[in-house]
Amino acid sequence: MDMMKRVPISEQDAKVRATNFEEVCLGYTEDEAVEEAGRCLNCKNPMCVSGCPVSINIPAFIEQVKNRNFEKAYEIISESSSLPAVCGRVCPQESQCEGKCIRGVKGEAVAIGKLERFVADWAAKNNVKPQPAKEKLGKKVAVIGSGPAGLTCAGDLAKLGYDVTIFEALHEAGGVLVYGIPEFRLPKEKVVAKEVENVKALGVKIETNVIIGKSVTIDELMEEEGFEAVFIGSGAGLPRFMGIPGENANGVFSANEYLTRNNLMKAFKEYATPIHAGKKVVVVGGGNVAMDAARTALRLGAEVHIVYRRSEAELPARVEEVHHAKEEGVIFNLLTNPTEILVNEEGWVKGIRVIKMELGEPDASGRRRPVEVPGSEFEVEADTVIMSLGTSPNPLITSTTKGLEANKKKCIVAEEENGQTSKEGVFAGGDAVTGAATVILAMGAGKAAAKGIHEYLMKK
Amino acid sequence: MYQIVKSEKLNANIYLMVVKAPRVAKHCLPGQFLIVKMDEEGERIPLTICDYDREAETITIVFQPVGASTEAMTALKAGDCFMDVVGPLGNPSELVTDDLEETKKKKILFVAGGVGTAPVYPQVKWLHEHGIDADVIVGAKTKDLIILEKEMEAVAGNLYITTDDGSYGRSGMVTKVIEDLVAEGKQYDVCVSIGPMIMMKFCCLTTKKFNIPTIVSMNPIMVDGTGMCGACRLSVGDEIKFACVDGPEFDGHLVNFDEAMKRQQMYKTQEGRALLKLREGDTHHGGCGHCGGDK
Repeated sequence: MDMMKRVPISEQDAKVRATNFEEVCLGYTEDEAVEEAGRCLNCKNPMCVSGCPVSINIPAFIEQVKNRNFEKAYEIISESSSLPAVCGRVCPQESQCEGKCIRGVKGEAVAIGKLERFVADWAAKNNVKPQPAKEKLGKKVAVIGSGPAGLTCAGDLAKLGYDVTIFEALHEAGGVLVYGIPEFRLPKEKVVAKEVENVKALGVKIETNVIIGKSVTIDELMEEEGFEAVFIGSGAGLPRFMGIPGENANGVFSANEYLTRNNLMKAFKEYATPIHAGKKVVVVGGGNVAMDAARTALRLGAEVHIVYRRSEAELPARVEEVHHAKEEGVIFNLLTNPTEILVNEEGWVKGIRVIKMELGEPDASGRRRPVEVPGSEFEVEADTVIMSLGTSPNPLITSTTKGLEANKKKCIVAEEENGQTSKEGVFAGGDAVTGAATVILAMGAGKAAAKGIHEYLMKK
Repeated sequence: MYQIVKSEKLNANIYLMVVKAPRVAKHCLPGQFLIVKMDEEGERIPLTICDYDREAETITIVFQPVGASTEAMTALKAGDCFMDVVGPLGNPSELVTDDLEETKKKKILFVAGGVGTAPVYPQVKWLHEHGIDADVIVGAKTKDLIILEKEMEAVAGNLYITTDDGSYGRSGMVTKVIEDLVAEGKQYDVCVSIGPMIMMKFCCLTTKKFNIPTIVSMNPIMVDGTGMCGACRLSVGDEIKFACVDGPEFDGHLVNFDEAMKRQQMYKTQEGRALLKLREGDTHHGGCGHCGGDK
């Protein structure tokens, strides 16, 4: 065995998986996991832990995997994370824990994410559940949103003995894990529903179909329903569009709409909600959400092009996602930017006009600014355009909560170390505070806020 | 689960249901909508709230089947349940949130078409309860399709009913009634028009002639209804608005109805388009992009 290299992991063949919604990565077997765990150097000063937003004791759980003590490994992860089966699949490990792994200096980093996933899946298969708190504190905390930030915050507070209720606006718990990330990357029943069940097993109650700011306000929760603290983890918000001609034509969708129809409403399973799958689809954008939309359209039978204004090096999506998308047959039109959506007489998309770009001087983000190449416009045929350009905050909660401060970008203002907002007893974290980011950063914020809420209520 | 406490067929194709939904009933105001989902595999269907009872914790919805999902809803009886009901969504009507003393100074005209009579009702009722009597025009294709006549009569100042075929009340479309009322010397400071998009479009063209500011309630396609998907976007003047969070009521003189009507057809199958043409009958003047009526 070459210790410099990872134990390879099996994946569904690219040609086969491009036509189904089954999970791409099949995960390690017990023997493979034990072998990979053997590559961990068990560093005295583990850099990987400092790279993890929720500070999982990584060497300790890997040591238990090495010893085939998988239940103990699960316990160690559960001390820090409420959603290991999710994180093992969707965290950008290459820039976090694995990015700091000493093994990675000369060879390949230990596959920490894949090992975390293995442990979580093993626990689910063997029906190992996290244990609820033995002593209850008799204090009620409300958590708004059941996405990664909310589930993490609720789980941590329940473990401390709080009486926690999550309020979810949609009909199903999970937030972006359910409506955003597709089945082939994060199975809903096998993984997300199980993780939600685990949080419930800690004693957390989940009330769906409650939209805070409309069905009930934060002030009412605190004044009338007896909640002593509130955590806002309401997520990202309204989809952005480019503002180019033709954007309201039939066949132009936000990635949020396309993915919600497919993932939450399960259009791919032929539930009642329709989806306009498209035959020739252009996805505009280069983030993880753009990759998800492109690979979804591909599976629904379309030829798919990603149009992105910078070059491959600047793609914000994870390398693994770009690699998977390419393997499956998504075509990348890089250094290209849309200028107009072409519309037929009946109001449907018939194509998209784009212009070639070149990279100029670095901009504020440190990435080289894309500049239009004069006279390089051309047309691409398409019947569907999916805009994946990020989101802007939903004003619903800030506009209905007295004394809750938002910044210029309309994101909720909250302290990074404990989630405290400008309003007493109200904490916030995740995309509602930072703007669209990652699952694990939201979880980190949920975790910090749980600690902040605990400190606040203990002093109160 | 959200139990249906009353289910009634108002006429050949309009249904009324009273549903237990405590959180919605406690907070809703005229002008807002909710979303219902029948069962596990169901669509999320946005419907305007037509009445509410805060004590009984119920809300009333009135709907007309326009596709497979709403057709399936017609089978629900009292005692059955919706799996999901969420709301209230969108903003309340400006008439109920504006300064009451200012609103009292205004002469208000409501123009309701077909199933749109139902969402007009709570607004007229709210105004009546606050000492304001508004004039109401209710239009339908024929006598049998008039709904909530008695209820509306009890809360409206003057009620003008019109049918396209002249089988009841005045004869002709709602736009003709507006013109007649103005010709009779009536003056209005504001008009609220709710009904099929095509009716709202022509109503706005008429009120524009008389410089009557007009509010319309838009009911575009939605998925989540909470500001996440952008399916319900509309052009209002130079701006793109989301009906779910910015609306559902907008300045009718600024709404791009032709675009909105095209977008409403996005998921219609040929069969569904046929159904719509059948339902809208002579009031369908094109704009859907498929019937050829606008060429």
